Amino acid sequence: MADERIPFATHAESTVLGADEIILNMGPQHPSTHGVLRVKLRLDGEKVIGSECVIGYLHRGVEKIAEHRTYTQFAPYVDRMDYVAAVSNGLGYCEAVEKLLGAEAPIRARVIRVILTELQRIASHLFWLGTHALDIGALTPLFYCLREREEILKIFEKYCGARLTTHAFRIGGLQYEAYDELEKDVERFCKPFDKRVDEYESLLTENRIWVGRTKGIGILSAAEAIDYGASGPVIRASGVKWDIRKAMPYAAYDQYKFEIPTGKNGDTYDRYIVRLEEMRQSRLICLQAIENIPAGPIMGKVGKVLKPPPGEVYHAIEAPKGELGYYIVSDGTTQPYRVRIRPPSLINLEAFDKMIRGHLVADVVAIIGTLDIVLGEVDR
Amino acid sequence: MANDPEEKQPSANSPSEPSGAKPPAAGGEPVSKPPAPPAASAAKPPAAAAPPRPPAPPKEGPVALDNDLVKRYKEKFGPGILEAWVDRKQAILVVARELLGEIALYSRDEEKFDWLSDLTALDWPKREKRFDVVLNMYSFEKNERLRLKAQANADERVPSVQGIWATANWMEREVYDMFGIVFEGHPDLRRILLPDEWQGYPLRKDYDILTQDTAWVRENLGIESGQ
Repeated sequence: MADERIPFATHAESTVLGADEIILNMGPQHPSTHGVLRVKLRLDGEKVIGSECVIGYLHRGVEKIAEHRTYTQFAPYVDRMDYVAAVSNGLGYCEAVEKLLGAEAPIRARVIRVILTELQRIASHLFWLGTHALDIGALTPLFYCLREREEILKIFEKYCGARLTTHAFRIGGLQYEAYDELEKDVERFCKPFDKRVDEYESLLTENRIWVGRTKGIGILSAAEAIDYGASGPVIRASGVKWDIRKAMPYAAYDQYKFEIPTGKNGDTYDRYIVRLEEMRQSRLICLQAIENIPAGPIMGKVGKVLKPPPGEVYHAIEAPKGELGYYIVSDGTTQPYRVRIRPPSLINLEAFDKMIRGHLVADVVAIIGTLDIVLGEVDR
Repeated sequence: MANDPEEKQPSANSPSEPSGAKPPAAGGEPVSKPPAPPAASAAKPPAAAAPPRPPAPPKEGPVALDNDLVKRYKEKFGPGILEAWVDRKQAILVVARELLGEIALYSRDEEKFDWLSDLTALDWPKREKRFDVVLNMYSFEKNERLRLKAQANADERVPSVQGIWATANWMEREVYDMFGIVFEGHPDLRRILLPDEWQGYPLRKDYDILTQDTAWVRENLGIESGQ
């Protein structure tokens, strides 16, 4: 096993204890790897001196499939990438194709898209928080987080009939009109939600065990985060104030006021703080959006058969995990010539090796958790 | 401006010409086609009536680009910049393959495109140089994106940009995995998503969607077919 081709063995550091290094395999069936991630660790005692992520166990060839489907047919597939934030995936894809077509969804559709996408961001962060805390040993937050997430999933179910792989949006707008009580439901969820976030904070933020397990763990400086192409909460926790919703507004984000939370140290604790604050900001966006959902059509003029003129487009959105980019090339037919999906989880995971070196085995789960990866998206 | 080779682009027509005279030929064939993509808007009054797109002018399809940015690149690299396009308001530079590393470094340091958001490839099997390696860069300072493209044959090596952006490491591995493009100077070019022993490059156009490495499947999964 030891001489199996392990490139990280090039990282030569003599062991402090003078003992032999150990290669430890973690996953792909380890519960804290959130799916089927396999990590090979090189250990000196309990210290990690090198690591390698082995991915691809969930590879389904989504990009290849895209080339054999029409633009419309491919839309449901994107829900299966980041399956805890399907709505965001759908938004990115629909907007990318709309850009390719030169079309735009009507304003009413875009506002409803914002509402659902922000709810999805909250749901995704809640799921992250619950499982991340669970990995580190705090069982309780999971129950509270799933309780709130359930409320959001119920709203999705009422809206489009599905809870997870929603396929909520259509290219050019929406298929479904907002149901009658959508605003009320969103309000009922959002109004008390900041108190809920306070509750999570009371469980964790000043909890000595939590602080001990997360502060100073997995530090990524701003320069490193940029070098590694990190995005979303990961790069913001490193102090880079950058959010695509502000930098290059899409959907209807230019109409709403919200802050971009950032961290200072780029450690696991800061990423936790940033995500919690993002949930509060998403709540504010939702509350602003339901104030005024413009009347009008929900579907733009895109035609039944989509044939974008030849050319290409790269469109990125701020998904809960970071920059989700779609690079679509059209050859003028009804099927995309190429769809490249830039998954935030994959790219963020790349910094894992950088973050883990020098930490202990127990910190591996903390760092995998803090990156908020979803393997469906990493492997596509 | 040898725009022809590049323009093999999307199969048929050559969008080549700037100006609003977008190739209506693009949508070409279908007189019958209903799609409302505004490309057709000239012909279709109703399209204009709809709420979406009033600004009909030159849109879809690549158009030659010649702004300050392109001028600076051309000044610096001369013939290294083969073509410059703008498509859907996004700037694209087609650069000489051998200079890709230098141009990427210049982009990062001088033009401040310091964040590599994506690196991928395209396959145009009928073209003389079948692959495009595509870099999507972003500049925090300017809040702009820029796309670089370099063309390569199946047997030509592309300079790795892994030393410029650490993030390119896995992206180049994925491109190698899916297209078989070899990156010169990459420290660890192995397959990333598929098994190491897999034969074939799935995202090439001549790799059918039902194709698989039957021998691998038989040996490792113990079944006749993964389908």
